[in-house]
Amino acid sequence: MPEKPKIAFYWCASCGGCEESVVDLAEDILMVADAVDIVFWPVAMDFKKTDVETMEDGSILATMLNGAIRTSEQEEMARLIRRKSKILIAYGSCAHMGGIPALANEFERSEILKYAYEDAPSVINSQHTYPEAVYQDKSRKITLPVFRNIVRTLDQVVDVDYYLPGCPPTPKLLKQAVLTLLSGKLPPKGTVLAPDSALCEECPRKESKPADLSFEHFTRPHMILSDPEKCLLAQGLICMGPATRAGCEALCINGNMPCSGCFGPTSRVKDQGAKILSSICSNIEAKTEIAIDRVLDEIPDPVGTFYRYGLAASMLRKKIAEEV
Amino acid sequence: MPEENINKKWEPKIIAFFCNWCTYTAADLAGVSRLKYAPNVKVIRLMCSGRVDPQFILQSLASGADGVLIGGCHPGDCHYSEGNYKMLRRFRLLQRVLRSMGVEDERVRLEWISASEGEKVKTVINEMVDTIRKLGPLGLPGKISVYDKDLAELKNEIDTEIEVDIKPSGKEMVEHA
Repeated sequence: MPEKPKIAFYWCASCGGCEESVVDLAEDILMVADAVDIVFWPVAMDFKKTDVETMEDGSILATMLNGAIRTSEQEEMARLIRRKSKILIAYGSCAHMGGIPALANEFERSEILKYAYEDAPSVINSQHTYPEAVYQDKSRKITLPVFRNIVRTLDQVVDVDYYLPGCPPTPKLLKQAVLTLLSGKLPPKGTVLAPDSALCEECPRKESKPADLSFEHFTRPHMILSDPEKCLLAQGLICMGPATRAGCEALCINGNMPCSGCFGPTSRVKDQGAKILSSICSNIEAKTEIAIDRVLDEIPDPVGTFYRYGLAASMLRKKIAEEV
Repeated sequence: MPEENINKKWEPKIIAFFCNWCTYTAADLAGVSRLKYAPNVKVIRLMCSGRVDPQFILQSLASGADGVLIGGCHPGDCHYSEGNYKMLRRFRLLQRVLRSMGVEDERVRLEWISASEGEKVKTVINEMVDTIRKLGPLGLPGKISVYDKDLAELKNEIDTEIEVDIKPSGKEMVEHA
């Protein structure tokens, strides 16, 4: 019997939702298990790093790696897995664009550690103890991974072949990706494995999106009872749909929530946040600075709204700090 | 700031996006009138300030510009009737984003300059170059490359280890066990 192709899953700075999405394949996971050997999947099966180290370079057909890269340990694992895999897939928003963890790029490492180890209301740390990367205890040297000053996307650390977008990717897209890998008919390197059109194209409320959209005010989901049939932008909600890639089949819209942009931009756009900013602003009614500012005040956190999943992959990448 | 010493030769780099109908014509006028202004601005002509995609501004900064100047027609004078208002709104919101990302307000400037205001092109450019000179370099590519040093260090470490692994010495194997 010919050997089955080998597949691996790994996680870095992530929440576990991507791992969950693999299980969400439901019965189809049996199809996957039949077709491939899963050789490494720390969240579900007992493998160690040494198991991967002993594998031949390039012996894994494909690894789906989720999570952003923040620590030296994650960098090391990403490099190891890259070496062992023929195809490396950035799985989910965090590996693809930084995701939620990359919002930390709005802060300095020192600010983050200070909050986590001193200022957070639930922390008592009267001795001001901070984790050290290296700790010498008599003759024993204890090490911890280094917490880097910037959150990175996977492709800012190692070469990535494909991207599977989403927070998390849908089971349908994962299944398609696995079938594509097994078919051997691979798309060009760097392809995002989802349709290359805006979410509005597949939105069930597309018909109700006015051609001459105009904003007098912005609102937020908890502030209104939104019409479940009507385009959310037309109701003054900031929906990332126009600047976001399709492929999720408008999951959030179907839950009556605006798109928050987890699939990232289409291939024609480099900076998702700048693009939605541009689109929204062209449709604001106000024409004077005072009136414009009054409307913009209704978007309390522009970076967190427009770059919710994409700060690490954005053009600026990280807040500019005096220290560095 | 130590940068003052390192960058003795540093000169502000400013990218300017001027609209074809007003500000670019004004810059032409400034040239024809032989007005002298600082040579730090690289002008890109667009048909309208409404064509200035915020991505252009971010990409300029990310590629090493210290400032970005946008020039359009006065309100009400846009050749395409609404383009400059779009730019104004994008500018106001982009400034909020830039502020959160640690970029000073003065680095991105929007000015309305009509075709006859050659003198204003000169004043605005000189002023902006002065302001940015005081602020110092933005130096985004350099800042990212500082972060990337750690990354390269670990990569080298791993690459060296792999070389050792290919030719393992008996002694190390014992140590691991």
